[in-house]
Amino acid sequence: MSAPSAPSAPSAETVVAPVEPGERLGKWSGKSVPRTEDRRLLKGQGEFTDDVWMHRQGYAHFARSPHGHAKILSIDTSRALSLDGVHAVLTGEEAKEMCEVPFFQIAPEPAGRLEEWPLAVDKVRYHGDAVAVVLAESRDVARDAAELVEVEYEPLPVVVDTVAAADPDAPLLHDEAGTNVAWHGVFDYGDIDWALENADHVVKIDRLHFHRFSSTPLECNAAVVNWDPGTGVVDVKSNNQMPMFASMVIGPTLGVASNKLQFASQDIGGAFGNKIGSYPQIAALALLSRKAGRPAKWTEYRQEHMLTAGHGNERTFLDIEVPVLKDGTILGFKVRAFDDAGAYLHYEPLGAVIWSQVTPGCYRLKHIQVDYTETLTNKCPTIPNRGYSRLQHLWLIERIVDTVARELDFDPVEVRKQNYVQPDDYPYETPSGCVYDSGDLPRSLEVALELIDVKGWRARQRELGTGSGKRIGIGIGSTLDSGTNNFGQARIINPDLPFSGNGEAAYVKLDLYGEINVDIGTTPQGQGHETTAGQVVADVLGVEPSAVNVSAGFDQRHNTYVAFSGTYASQFAVTGLGAVLGGAEMLRREIVTLAAFALEADEDEIEVEGGACHVRGDPERAIPFIGIANLAFSNNAVLTPELRERISLNCRYVYTPPFTVPDPETKTGELTLTYASQIHAAAVEIDEETGRLEILDYVAVDDCGRVINPQIVEGQVQGAAALGIGAALYEAFEYDADGLLQQSSFYDYHALTALDMPMMKYADIESPSPFTPNGAKGMGEGGGAPLSTLCSAIQDALGDGDALVADSHNPWFRIHELLGGGADGAPRAVRVESR
Amino acid sequence: MSDAGMVHPITVTINGERYARTVQARKLLVHFIRDELALKGTHIGCDTGNCGACSIIVNGKLIKSCMMLAVQADGATIETIEGLEAEGELTPVQRAFHEHHGLQCGYCTPGMVMSATYLLRGNPDPSEEEIRRAIRGNICRCTGYVNIVRSVKAAAGAGEPAAADRAEASR
Repeated sequence: MSAPSAPSAPSAETVVAPVEPGERLGKWSGKSVPRTEDRRLLKGQGEFTDDVWMHRQGYAHFARSPHGHAKILSIDTSRALSLDGVHAVLTGEEAKEMCEVPFFQIAPEPAGRLEEWPLAVDKVRYHGDAVAVVLAESRDVARDAAELVEVEYEPLPVVVDTVAAADPDAPLLHDEAGTNVAWHGVFDYGDIDWALENADHVVKIDRLHFHRFSSTPLECNAAVVNWDPGTGVVDVKSNNQMPMFASMVIGPTLGVASNKLQFASQDIGGAFGNKIGSYPQIAALALLSRKAGRPAKWTEYRQEHMLTAGHGNERTFLDIEVPVLKDGTILGFKVRAFDDAGAYLHYEPLGAVIWSQVTPGCYRLKHIQVDYTETLTNKCPTIPNRGYSRLQHLWLIERIVDTVARELDFDPVEVRKQNYVQPDDYPYETPSGCVYDSGDLPRSLEVALELIDVKGWRARQRELGTGSGKRIGIGIGSTLDSGTNNFGQARIINPDLPFSGNGEAAYVKLDLYGEINVDIGTTPQGQGHETTAGQVVADVLGVEPSAVNVSAGFDQRHNTYVAFSGTYASQFAVTGLGAVLGGAEMLRREIVTLAAFALEADEDEIEVEGGACHVRGDPERAIPFIGIANLAFSNNAVLTPELRERISLNCRYVYTPPFTVPDPETKTGELTLTYASQIHAAAVEIDEETGRLEILDYVAVDDCGRVINPQIVEGQVQGAAALGIGAALYEAFEYDADGLLQQSSFYDYHALTALDMPMMKYADIESPSPFTPNGAKGMGEGGGAPLSTLCSAIQDALGDGDALVADSHNPWFRIHELLGGGADGAPRAVRVESR
Repeated sequence: MSDAGMVHPITVTINGERYARTVQARKLLVHFIRDELALKGTHIGCDTGNCGACSIIVNGKLIKSCMMLAVQADGATIETIEGLEAEGELTPVQRAFHEHHGLQCGYCTPGMVMSATYLLRGNPDPSEEEIRRAIRGNICRCTGYVNIVRSVKAAAGAGEPAAADRAEASR
């Protein structure tokens, strides 16, 4: 194959033979059925939270801390209240008095003692911490009034580095906790000491750093909350993506029972995990509404979103030691990890265990020791962000593998293939007891390398040589997207937590006129749940997908749900569609029972097809769904008492994965049900003078088991790739020494644009999961493969120099620094000890 | 500083309908359209003119409606996403986004569709580079722009195979 003559925009071909085309569930599942959701969204008829209006609503605006850490000496709301059009002002102290208890904490003692209220009380702990909230007649007046809330602060020393925060002498964020350490534990699998003693080589890396960023959904957080004084019902129209978790956290704080705290959402403008974190604001709005006697509507400004809506986990890895055998077998690794939770624990410290869903990454590593510390710092609280807590760990492993290959002269492709979990190994139990369900990683890598023509780029790389001013680099990223959490892993963080398992609920109904209606407990944000649920039900009930009405969005008043309901953590294809499938099968059985009764036939003679039932071999003996509905809803005296009692045509099904409770002592268990894989590869060109990087070619090979809707899966893969590329090259949240955020708009935080994103290639391999009802695996998050891939490509472009790509964020100026051999005077960060 | 002071009468024609209102001098056009006229299809994704979710066409020019005051639009003829369809039919641009899976959450979509529509009015057969430049001021966080670029190409009649067919072919 000839070398590509010059870097050019790659074509968008996506052709590859599947390894094993999965057996379809039916006629519609497995097809790219165009999305039901599109029409309203394309016409501007979606209903996003800012589109919701309530009678007498006021607009809320939060007054926020300009300091990274400060004591609140006094708050004077009189000037704000004197402004025309202001309905009410609520301060942190007042809010606390209206609450029953602080927000529930996941962390064990001593961090579990920390108290968080809907607004800051006594002190602020990060730049943007909310001290008060104003309700006024318009957005502008609310914003003016929030500026008139006068707060006297006494600045306190600040800590913004996670390692420094763990020092007992560091500035303390939460006095009641008495420590900044949110969680500490050692995950010790296999025998790392034995491996280090017996390896032929030990590769040591001093420090790697995974940076802070977030997927910044284009729709900011928003909520319209009404505390109805008559009924005590608190209506929450919001874009929170995990409403039942939010409900469980704020219900006890507000003193409101579950049936009076009513969450609802229709369209959500992207979430990526970030919208799990809006519950403190929702609680504050509920109290504000209660105080003002009006609905409180709040739509976050972008600056506010960047300051306070939650950032992804920043993680520092220290003292990495990697035992390797002569033949290239990597035995495992040892590392000290410090994760930065920010100023409050929102969903954290669950991240301290979530990464261990993928302890050995894609590899057969046996001996792994991770000494994990999560700290509180004077920064925005972290919140799950696409690839939550696994992408940091997977990036560490990919940096380890590339560094081992480079230091010991192994081919980075061969060392991966050799150490990958092999196709015959599945189901593969990892050192932490997770069971990888299926996959074909070596084949995925081969396909990826074929699609970007890696041989051609290697030739081009040699051809360029020195003196051209350009460097070419080829990189690989191998990651997993572990889906369908076993919430029992929370017990590894805190053995006292009574959580385990997972699940989702759905109603599948035949309605008054024989319509098929479906409600799910999920809160989709672009994943096309209305479409894919329609496909699954259509297959079971023998109708066209267009004959299935799936409710848009979630409404607690009529949707069914379990505590795990929502849309997060790559699980809809398993839990959501599992619930829909179960409900549709129940309904089919009821339909068949009534048809058999009406047609005076045996149930096993009944065919369900085209919105009707008929007796096999006799299409004339038939009853349409409307007739079936009539029997159950409006003509039930013709039924037998037994049928009247048993049949409702209103079928609720809860899908629950087959989990057991993990063991907090050994930190092992089945933490997730499915493991989708993402093998990415890229060729990049770096300009030596400026450090500017151009992506010449990029491919993602995805394997998420049986695919329900190929175009939706492809779209998710492209989106995850784009967010990863943006994070790798452009996007970072950084704080200065005073704890002030340096990027609070899309000017400073450069969200990837159409000019930055290549026309990436995509291929799909299908290894059905043996553990799920439909062979599908959860997907969508990806595993942050672009961060690994681009670091790998940059390292490759650097050639034989000493510089180590040690940070996940590599904007042009960092690449430029690396081209110069790394930071001036820095000691070499990698050493090899061989015996 | 309250909303009572500094008001101005304006008249605008949006999607063929005339609206005469009194607005505050500081009222952004996008807030006027959303909050005063309750046309909710035009979205807001940033405070700084970066994201393009509020893109509309004013007097034949594509603008970001968060970068214009409502008073500046006095006398203007405006097109928003709600005005694109004719008799319930999707426009070729909207249809192409549907067929090529050019949208996921749908939040950037109205602005993206307005930008693409404006591009194709002036340049019926744009290159990929021209498409990317035309939508560089519209941020999408879901799609990675891949299927958006394909959608715009298809709307221009470049004969892109539909996303469904392409995704099938990749299997």
